[in-house]
Amino acid sequence: MLEVRGLSFSYGGAPVLGNVSFSLGPGEPTALLGPNGAGKSTLFGCILGFLKPRGGEILLDGRPISAYSKRELARELAYIPQSHSPAFNYTVLDCVLMGMTGALSPLAAPGREQTDRAMEILKSLGMEKLAPRGCRECSGGERQLMLLARALAQDAKILVMDEPTANLDYGNRCRVMERVARLGADGYTVLFSTHEPNQAFRYAARVLALRNGGILADGPTDTVLTQQVLTALYGVRVAVREVEAGGRTYRVCVEEAD
Amino acid sequence: MEAEGRYRRLFWLLGIGAAVIFFGSFLVGRYAVAPGKTACILADALLRGVSGGRLGLSPFWQSAERAVVVNVRLPRVFAAALVGAALSAAGVSYQGMFRNPMVSPDLLGASTGAGFGAALSIYFGFSYFGITLAAFLFGLGAVLLAYLVSRASRLESALSMVLAGVMIGSLFTSGTSLIKLVADTENQLPAITYWLMGSLSSVGARDVKFIFWPIAAGLVPLLLLRWRVNLLTLPEAEAASMGVDTKRLRAAVILCATLMTAASVSVSGMIGWVGLVIPHFARMLFGYDYRRLLPASALMGAAFLMVVDDLARVLTTSEIPLGILTSFVGAPLFIWLILTGGSERHA
Repeated sequence: MLEVRGLSFSYGGAPVLGNVSFSLGPGEPTALLGPNGAGKSTLFGCILGFLKPRGGEILLDGRPISAYSKRELARELAYIPQSHSPAFNYTVLDCVLMGMTGALSPLAAPGREQTDRAMEILKSLGMEKLAPRGCRECSGGERQLMLLARALAQDAKILVMDEPTANLDYGNRCRVMERVARLGADGYTVLFSTHEPNQAFRYAARVLALRNGGILADGPTDTVLTQQVLTALYGVRVAVREVEAGGRTYRVCVEEAD
Repeated sequence: MEAEGRYRRLFWLLGIGAAVIFFGSFLVGRYAVAPGKTACILADALLRGVSGGRLGLSPFWQSAERAVVVNVRLPRVFAAALVGAALSAAGVSYQGMFRNPMVSPDLLGASTGAGFGAALSIYFGFSYFGITLAAFLFGLGAVLLAYLVSRASRLESALSMVLAGVMIGSLFTSGTSLIKLVADTENQLPAITYWLMGSLSSVGARDVKFIFWPIAAGLVPLLLLRWRVNLLTLPEAEAASMGVDTKRLRAAVILCATLMTAASVSVSGMIGWVGLVIPHFARMLFGYDYRRLLPASALMGAAFLMVVDDLARVLTTSEIPLGILTSFVGAPLFIWLILTGGSERHA
């Protein structure tokens, strides 16, 4: 259980986040929406412990994250960055193994047991064939799935993803988000930021809408993500419609022409 | 996995090759000593050393032959192996830490600091050993200075470290130039110039004993930490989110690499290229994982410098400084590497 209480933050000047409160639990993949500069990355930075909040607190199972050591925090929280541009061409397997480092003692290296588990995780994502391949030779989608595998190898229950599909083509977006949504159903606590409201409609059970460093809306996607909220969030006129496909109804949004 | 087996075979091959080069280096030089005799002399020296002089072979060699093998070549071959291993291991660690394969182990000023220390002590007429000690201490001091400056800076840590290193390095280079300017041109200036070119020709047993401990003190922790060095190649926030204390790890790697570099340079003078080129070849053969890359680099560096030092001994009648030879050998290799894209090929 992740709880953010009255969080505020500034880089020295005007506050970037002011009095942000929410809590996250397992089983409801949550999309973090908000225009550029709304404070999404700052919020992630605070949750992951890279940035020290100026006010408020962040609790993990009731204990402030500042009281966790880096190793302890890594066991609870895994971070998936927007993209991976490695300086060296490590194999996919090596990259996944790196996720297990926090659980090892300082002088230890991953051995047979860890390798087997990494292969299992890759298999569960349908990527076992890619294990010996250099990560630079992987497509953007494969690399993002590799980061997902690395986060799973870390064995943390909370996954924080900073625009996990920002650099991917449409097909890869769908494939990666499909996995993300499935992890949410498997009991992980998933928080992902996105600039694509339709991803929230499709894959998130819950939406956190952030604007000007404060929370504009928070709740189940179906009730919270309305025409009014989207219009207020992005400053463009948005229409929300229902679309039927394959016997199911989906909500989608389109921007309206003036 | 099959890849693992291949790496293991390759490693054995490399180890055997290095051992052959090590022994072969005793046979190279102006004064010829037969291989069998050399082996017996070495075995005798080892026995005497281990038993405190109570055991040994009955000598069937001349004392001049023993002197050449034990007093001249033994320290020299050891020094070449130690320095080569140290510079390559330091280089490959720095490259990972700065996420840049073009980085060499003197990036933070270790060699330029050592060069200044050596020049200064030659100018003041220190003994040979005094020069070595001063070079070592100034090498350490230069990196410490760069590290402290970067700690005080508000820039991102890798960037501020590189900038501070470059500045400190250029400061010491200027200092060395100034000493050369005021040094007496009969003795001191040639001595400084020759020292800076890098050579192992005057290395003795005392030097080897002097550099052994700092190099061991750097290499052993690095080898123990080598899996974690992989994580320094990731953006800092990512590595930290995986539970790695990047600040402490980085400081430990810098300390180890600096100990090795400063110790090496203090007896060998400036030897470029080894710490830059060898890691590239190690990556081509062993891939990017530091679990293999670090020991492979050390072993290849040792083998490489032993070979180059052998060449330095025999190519011409008067010895060519090692620093010049490593450039002559290293630069073309590097160009070839760039043209063929060797290090990009996946191992």
